[in-house]
Amino acid sequence: MTIDQTGSPPTTGQTAGHQFPAGSDAFPHRHLLGIAGLQPWEILFLLKEAEQWVDLNRKSIKHSGRLDGLTVINAFFENSTRTLLSFEIAGKRMGADVVNMHAAQSSVKKGETLIDTAVTLNAMRADAIVIRHASSGAVQLIADKVDCPVLNAGDGSHEHPTQALLDALTIQRRKGDISGLTVTICGDVMHSRVARSNIYCLTTLGAKVRVCAPTSLLPTALDRMNVEAFSNFDQALEGADVVMMLRLQSERMNGDFIPSPREFHHLYGLTRERLAVAKPDALVMHPGPMNRGVEISSDIADDPDRSTITEQVEMGVAVRMACLDVLTRRSRGVKGWS
Amino acid sequence: MKQIFSNAQVLIPGEKATRPLNVVTDGDRIASISDQAPSQDQKNIDCKGAILAPGIIDLGVFAIDKPAFHYGGVTRAALMPDQSPVLDLPAMIKHNASEGKPDLWSHPLAAATKGLGGTELAEIGLMKQAGARAVATGRNWIADSGIMLKLLHYCRSLDMPVIVHSEDSGLTRGAVATAGETATRLGLSSAPASAEALAIARDIALVRESGAHVHFRQVTTAQGLDLIRQAKSDRLPVTCGVTPAHLFLSDIAISDFRTFAKLSPPLRSEEDRLACLEAIKDGTIDVISSGHDPRGPEDKRLPFAEAESGMAGAETLLALSLNLVRDGLINLSRLFELLSATPARILGLEAGQITKGFEADLILIDLEAPWQVDTRKMTAAAGNTPFDKLPVQGRVRAIYKGGKAL
Repeated sequence: MTIDQTGSPPTTGQTAGHQFPAGSDAFPHRHLLGIAGLQPWEILFLLKEAEQWVDLNRKSIKHSGRLDGLTVINAFFENSTRTLLSFEIAGKRMGADVVNMHAAQSSVKKGETLIDTAVTLNAMRADAIVIRHASSGAVQLIADKVDCPVLNAGDGSHEHPTQALLDALTIQRRKGDISGLTVTICGDVMHSRVARSNIYCLTTLGAKVRVCAPTSLLPTALDRMNVEAFSNFDQALEGADVVMMLRLQSERMNGDFIPSPREFHHLYGLTRERLAVAKPDALVMHPGPMNRGVEISSDIADDPDRSTITEQVEMGVAVRMACLDVLTRRSRGVKGWS
Repeated sequence: MKQIFSNAQVLIPGEKATRPLNVVTDGDRIASISDQAPSQDQKNIDCKGAILAPGIIDLGVFAIDKPAFHYGGVTRAALMPDQSPVLDLPAMIKHNASEGKPDLWSHPLAAATKGLGGTELAEIGLMKQAGARAVATGRNWIADSGIMLKLLHYCRSLDMPVIVHSEDSGLTRGAVATAGETATRLGLSSAPASAEALAIARDIALVRESGAHVHFRQVTTAQGLDLIRQAKSDRLPVTCGVTPAHLFLSDIAISDFRTFAKLSPPLRSEEDRLACLEAIKDGTIDVISSGHDPRGPEDKRLPFAEAESGMAGAETLLALSLNLVRDGLINLSRLFELLSATPARILGLEAGQITKGFEADLILIDLEAPWQVDTRKMTAAAGNTPFDKLPVQGRVRAIYKGGKAL
């Protein structure tokens, strides 16, 4: 299966299905709540849009006036450092006024309901709201109540779409076409929004996705999501083009799901010896922050030939700039976006 | 004063089809059922050929919500002990037993343990004296098997049935959905459906030990129903119930994080839903109840995991259940055993069927009347129904509690 990597409308004679249908919007969605439900050409369109921002971000003057005068609110109901920072930088580089709301220590603590907070944010006339929340589905709940585009920056164990997009961009830039690649996702799949968004994204783009974890950390019905589940790490790694490690939350590795961090490392930690069964040029990815010596050894994490971990962070800013740009095109009255 | 319900299609217990008969009531009781013409001293109520059925006895509701009950044809409701405060004292039972009278009778269920904490037996004997007709464990399972066995022995000696919630709490702790594709896709914490079978299996073993009558309020899985089927064939004193939600919805209904479809026990897989329908057909399920639990936006307009479970079900109970008749699973007479006669028998009431000497709790039904479920137009205290916008058929045209029109 070939996928149109340009994200532009198809020329005649190409097979339909994975192409941008002629006459439709490049990205018809009002919000970015998840990857589930996005068409391949919509994902590829966002990745293509992100490329220009990768270039801009490497210049000394990193500024575009595209979102001048717009207000972007980052409402983070769960603590975050890197995602919040990434969205803040993305907004500021495009000229938007970015306001951060650390809701983890605000009126939410005083008993205000999420809906009330959403209505309040809406009344402040934000042009885009970026939300992270500890509960699956919470971002969608807010999106239904506000007039501006909402970007999901992670909701519970549900989705983290910009993470999947930045991962896809990283893979695409290193490997070219994503379709046909074998990607192994290893770690706490059950509680991971990164895993879910990546599964949706990579399978939609035609990659073969394997997940690997002890079955206590694998959700049921994974087979219905078009992925292959493994509990043996070596088998899961065999012949992989990309190895994506997930962060194991510390509260889950001390007797609850995993007996101890060292046992997890012994069974599922990525080391150079283990990686040898994957393809010789296999990429190693991690959404961060890493537990060095638990899911990944420092040796691999710091190897610039294999590890894309810092590159992922770089792509994160570009992808988020692209998402903010595309989602606000209608309200900014960009030509062709009604 | 005597009344005669003339020109009615009457549901006579044990008979497959309705019969055109006249029902005479004297005061609050049914005096006779015959084809005698109305006489001068009787107030004639012309039913115009409508179905005359016993009032619905809703076994296990979480709120006394009179408008919803009357709309749905419910004349008596057994109130779950999960109130604030918990129904674990005789005074609480006495207070709640009189709440809806005279036009709705509430039968408060005695909390099995103090504060429903699952550790110390409540004063069940005194609550029985105060009017409790059955004991219930509330929304929770009693995890301690020792306490559960003592409870069953105790209730057996008091001759009170025990209404239980069947979900192994070790498996369901923190879970908000049934393990399966929907929960996996949505990233919701889930428990395997076998949590129900585990709980039922233990309680059946304890029924075998104690001889107490246990009513499993909601059995929603194929595995759970198989255990009940086996226990019944072993002639153990067990009965079980279900709500229309588990008969007509599967866990797909929670897609998009629809909190109105968040129930306890949670909606199950399609296979389990079909097993519930099969169990209605073969008679394994004895009771259909609404589980009426009206919840306003403060409880439901929340992220899925934080929202309360429960649905407002009283208004839709009859119309949805009539689908079972239309689909040919059971006949109308069997449906009213599930809705009225069996709940009455479990609670030890002389009601729930049109029989001489029984309470004249009657409803007149138009089986064909079409209407649409609409969360915004519900008469219930809140419109939290997962059946929003569903077209249904069957409506209560008149309701009589103890012979008195409401």
